[in-house]
Amino acid sequence: MFFCAQCNRACQVYADFSSSTCLVKPAMQKGKVELYTHAMVREVITNDQGLATGVVYIDKKDLNEYRIGAKVVVLAASACETARIMLNSKSKQHPDGLSNSSGVVGRYLHDSTGTDRMGILPELIDRPRYNEDGVGGLHVYSPWWLDNKKLDFPRGYHLEYWGGMGMPSYGFGFGMDTMRKYITDELGKPTANGGYGAGLKNDVRRIYGSTVGMSGRGESIPQYDNYCAIDPDTVDKYGIPVLKFHYKWTEHEVKQSKHMHDTFEEILTGMGAIILGTKPGPETQYGLAAPGRIIHEVGTTRMGDDPKTSVLNKYAQAHECKNVFVVDGGSFVSQADKNPTWTILALSWRTSEYIINQLKSQNI
Amino acid sequence: MDRRENIKVLLTGTVATGFLLSSGCKPDVDTTTTDTEIKGYGRVPQEILHDKKISSETFFSDKEKKMVTILVDIIIPKDEKSGSATEAGVPDFIEFMMKDYPKFQTPMRGGLMWLENFSLASYDKSFMDITHEQRIALIDQIAYPDTATVEMKNGVKFFNLIRNLTCTGFFTSEMGINDLGYVGNRPNQWNGVPDDVLKKFGLSYDQRTLDTCLKIEDQHKIAKWDAEGNLIG
Ligand SMILES: Cc1cc2nc3c(=O)[nH]c(=O)nc-3n(C[C@H](O)[C@H](O)[C@H](O)COP(=O)(O)OP(=O)(O)OC[C@H]3O[C@@H](n4cnc5c(N)ncnc54)[C@H](O)[C@@H]3O)c2cc1C
Ligand code: SF4
Repeated sequence: MFFCAQCNRACQVYADFSSSTCLVKPAMQKGKVELYTHAMVREVITNDQGLATGVVYIDKKDLNEYRIGAKVVVLAASACETARIMLNSKSKQHPDGLSNSSGVVGRYLHDSTGTDRMGILPELIDRPRYNEDGVGGLHVYSPWWLDNKKLDFPRGYHLEYWGGMGMPSYGFGFGMDTMRKYITDELGKPTANGGYGAGLKNDVRRIYGSTVGMSGRGESIPQYDNYCAIDPDTVDKYGIPVLKFHYKWTEHEVKQSKHMHDTFEEILTGMGAIILGTKPGPETQYGLAAPGRIIHEVGTTRMGDDPKTSVLNKYAQAHECKNVFVVDGGSFVSQADKNPTWTILALSWRTSEYIINQLKSQNI
Repeated sequence: MDRRENIKVLLTGTVATGFLLSSGCKPDVDTTTTDTEIKGYGRVPQEILHDKKISSETFFSDKEKKMVTILVDIIIPKDEKSGSATEAGVPDFIEFMMKDYPKFQTPMRGGLMWLENFSLASYDKSFMDITHEQRIALIDQIAYPDTATVEMKNGVKFFNLIRNLTCTGFFTSEMGINDLGYVGNRPNQWNGVPDDVLKKFGLSYDQRTLDTCLKIEDQHKIAKWDAEGNLIG
């Protein structure tokens, strides 16, 4: 066994997927890619016809400014950052930012809805040990079992379940001051919360793997009024104007969160779990996480057929600057309840093929 | 890529600005290095600096460190299965946490002081100088949050903090992980849920899962791709 579990910040031995390991490295091996790292792009530069001619970036190591010329510029800086680059790319031809005469760049920013609940399964206290890596955070396939016509909110959500005997990491063993009472003796008498000594040590062992939780992640309704825009008063350390955010959930998301909590309780109770914590109420929007917390931000450079209401066409090509493409979450018009990465990858693949075709037919 | 190479690439493949050429390049900082005293993990330069900084500082005074050592071994003592919190290195872990998460500093230092004052008020002696039984008598008043008196509230809070840090420090150490019987993190090796456990819960694998996910004989086979990225074996 190695005492590792660094998976969240890219695996050192390349045992899991990350774009640098699985996409960039093979691309580099083909020898046709020049990779610039520590390069913070500030803006896309354009010519008199309004076409992109390259980008300006700040080298993070020497803090100097550089330019790279390009036939085609593909932005993939993540939804908000791409909007920031486009909004900062002002010129005579693009006075409101690159391809932004519609004013839609930065608009329709949306994140998944999210809220969680957990419980403890007395039946799982004192579990036999075996390898349960991978049980945490999984998307158990649970088909939607309710009649949508009876819901008081549009769209829907999925559940992600967690629990299991994962590798203990920082925080493991916390909370025995509230959790120890769930360990009962033969007569069903609860152990006193807190404590110390051999009994406490043993109870941490006994409780290992007995908690289970679930997270609801759902579809929110994109809103014109939820947006990021350039903050005229603030720059980052590279001198680049930063974004500020305006985002409010509507009653749709709040009702969805309420519904999620009813579902959590139903499932946890059905499993025989003792539900922990209290059910959040209207004062916290039913536990609905603040916009941005689920880190699935998309929608800021949405695609569409009408240049008045969208930034990109259906191939993620900028309506007003045909040699600029966006291959991150910015192009999403809406985001299904699912997490965005695979869709970003698929759309990016599709755009890549389109770019090749367009170059071949000399359209760009 | 070193800076010279970088400039070359810039000049050949791109339009370089005058700004670049007139600027004196700073000496290269190799930001890809993962060389750090703390082995095993990749660290970015900022993290290396942070790690170096906190490992060169000491938070606890000698007396505080001794108090912490006594307390953690009361919280997690040696038993028939594994060693004590101190044997697992918990006092050093707590010292590290104080610097890595400075918000712990005041509650920890203040809590130790509170306990010291409590000892002086109860026995007219420092916590360091009282007997084990006397220490337990004090701790019993702050170790049980549901029944502790209101006057003990600060002590309870402190003891919750040190209990949390002790449990997590112990059970995330190699000793603690072995004690728990954690059996994951074995590359290429997953044998499914053992039969006796499945039986206990009245469950079993279906043939399709066994055929596709649990081919033990395939476990150490590594996939092969051709230059185009096609799976070839
Ligand atoms: C902790 C966490 C967990 C997540 N879990 C999941 C999950 O389980 N499943 C899922 O589907 N999604 C998940 N997501 C969401 C998902 O990771 C993102 O939606 C997705 O990675 C976005 O892809 P992207 O290509 O748009 O941007 P990113 O992956 O953010 O890539 C943008 C890249 O551009 C670079 N960049 C940014 N600005 C500039 C600039 N100015 N100049 C040059 N380069 C720049 C960045 O360094 C980065 O490399 C998670 C997100 C987070 C933060
Ligand atoms: S995938 Fe395995 S080796 Fe890689 S970081 Fe995670 S635990 Fe470590």
